Amino acid sequence: MTNNIAVKQEKRNKVKVYNQKKTDRNTGWLFISPFFILFGIFGVFPLIFTAFLSLHRWDILGTREFIGFENYINLFVNDPLFWKTLGNTISIWLMSTIPQLIIALMIAFFLNQAFLKGKTLFRLGIFVPNVTSVVAVGIVFSAMFGTQFGVINYVINLVGLDSINWKGSYLGTHVAIAAMVLWRWVGYNTIIYLAGLQSISKDIYEASTIDGANKFQQLIYITIPMLRPIIIFTVIQSTIGGLQLFAEPLIFGEGGNYQGLTMTLYLYQEAFTRFSFGYAAAIAWMIFFIIIIISLVNLFISQRIKSA
Amino acid sequence: MNEVGQNKFGITLVYLFLIIVTLVSIFPFYWMFVVGSNDTSAINQFPPAVIPGNSFIENMQKVFERIDFIGVMMNSLIISGSVTLSVLFFSSLAGYAFSKLTFKGRDAAFVFVIATMMIPPQLGLIPNFMLISWLGWIDSFSAVIVPSMVSAFGVFWMRQYIGSSVPYELIEAARVDGCSHFRIFWSIVLPIIRPALATLGIFTFMMTWNDFLWPLVVLKDKSVHTIQIALRTLNDVYSTDYSMILAGTFMATVPILIVFLIFNKQFIAGLTEGATKN
Repeated sequence: MTNNIAVKQEKRNKVKVYNQKKTDRNTGWLFISPFFILFGIFGVFPLIFTAFLSLHRWDILGTREFIGFENYINLFVNDPLFWKTLGNTISIWLMSTIPQLIIALMIAFFLNQAFLKGKTLFRLGIFVPNVTSVVAVGIVFSAMFGTQFGVINYVINLVGLDSINWKGSYLGTHVAIAAMVLWRWVGYNTIIYLAGLQSISKDIYEASTIDGANKFQQLIYITIPMLRPIIIFTVIQSTIGGLQLFAEPLIFGEGGNYQGLTMTLYLYQEAFTRFSFGYAAAIAWMIFFIIIIISLVNLFISQRIKSA
Repeated sequence: MNEVGQNKFGITLVYLFLIIVTLVSIFPFYWMFVVGSNDTSAINQFPPAVIPGNSFIENMQKVFERIDFIGVMMNSLIISGSVTLSVLFFSSLAGYAFSKLTFKGRDAAFVFVIATMMIPPQLGLIPNFMLISWLGWIDSFSAVIVPSMVSAFGVFWMRQYIGSSVPYELIEAARVDGCSHFRIFWSIVLPIIRPALATLGIFTFMMTWNDFLWPLVVLKDKSVHTIQIALRTLNDVYSTDYSMILAGTFMATVPILIVFLIFNKQFIAGLTEGATKN
């Protein structure tokens, strides 16, 4: 009798466990489904469709003609402007990213010093540009980098140098756009580096101090190697962001020689002012490939640095 | 520590460096107000005015005449608010499932979520535009709200947080009492993860508020413009009147600055945790 009850109980438990597993599975998929449904519609479908589009001549009215790889061939062979946008994008990206990461690293290193007072205030002040909208940044920097009455040229004149034609010259436009990116992202990278620095154990520094290492040696031999993963993270992020630069040049103006025209801005114009959807889709895939190639190069270089 | 630490000269240099960097960070905000509060003629001269003037109200009135400033601010508020609420709900729901429920295919699904973060948004720009046109959503808020209703970053962030802060025992106890998963999520998990909701919420709100490319493509009509699109229009159409444009830019920037200053701790904490865990 008791045996019988025990068996029944066990059976019931089994059923319960089984049901619970089943509920877990169904509820699990139900709870994560919103992401997958939305991503399927607005992520996967467009990705595949961009590839399909890029093999067509396709305009906004929907008239389309299959042309194989002609868009890509045109991009490579017949479109010097595309290569110019690639050059502009890389130039602006390098001009903004390299100083941005170096300055951020320096600031983070100083903010991490024990003797420093007013850390919170400095951190707040340095981070605040990052929450400003890119449109606002574009507008105020366009005013500051005005050729005739801009405050930057005014300061340059005060030091005794000639005004720079920011909107008219190659270098001027690239510097102005890079300055916007630099200003907006130094604080962000500082915060990331600071978090990394704070996770390095104090013992290592103390041990090296006993061994007679000075601050500069500590920076080169301890801090930077320990921060390597975080530095790689910021480099990849700045690469992805820098190669997608769009709003800053749109607002500053691309200039008479298209010196401010970046790849994404070119994509936008092809798609939404000239309505050549097929060609723009080919540009989109090219941007994606270029981002992947540059990220791989980045990774390769950082591997080499590691083994050196 | 030696060198920089004890050397007076070194300390002064460090402070000097940080003060200069901070001033450079703040200067453009100051400059927005300087230009926005002066007459255009006071700006367009050498030397330019370098201190705030008293024409701010007047410049703002010009802004109000040219764009529906309050209207576009409300549009931005509605869009950012809806996106934020929706992202919070769906991301924490998915985060709960990913961290506390065991089911087949869960880990693969999570890797997939992470992988989607690597895809640059422009890649789908044109098909998304075509899709939105086909749905008849051009010039409607749905065009910007619906595609952003749940974010991969949000799901990732919530999974990490719920995984480490909600004890299994609590969930088990509730299940023994007969609570459904949704009930557990709603009345037990959500109250515990309030700090994470605050961080993700403020993050999402600011990202949506500052979003530019996608709204530019799908919100054509003036009546549905966000503040960013309206500012850009202002800058394009009246490009000579810098005082008016910057007065508007300043007014559009102040609210987001205030929000940031109130929530800066959550914001910065969220940022660093997101980055170091990645």
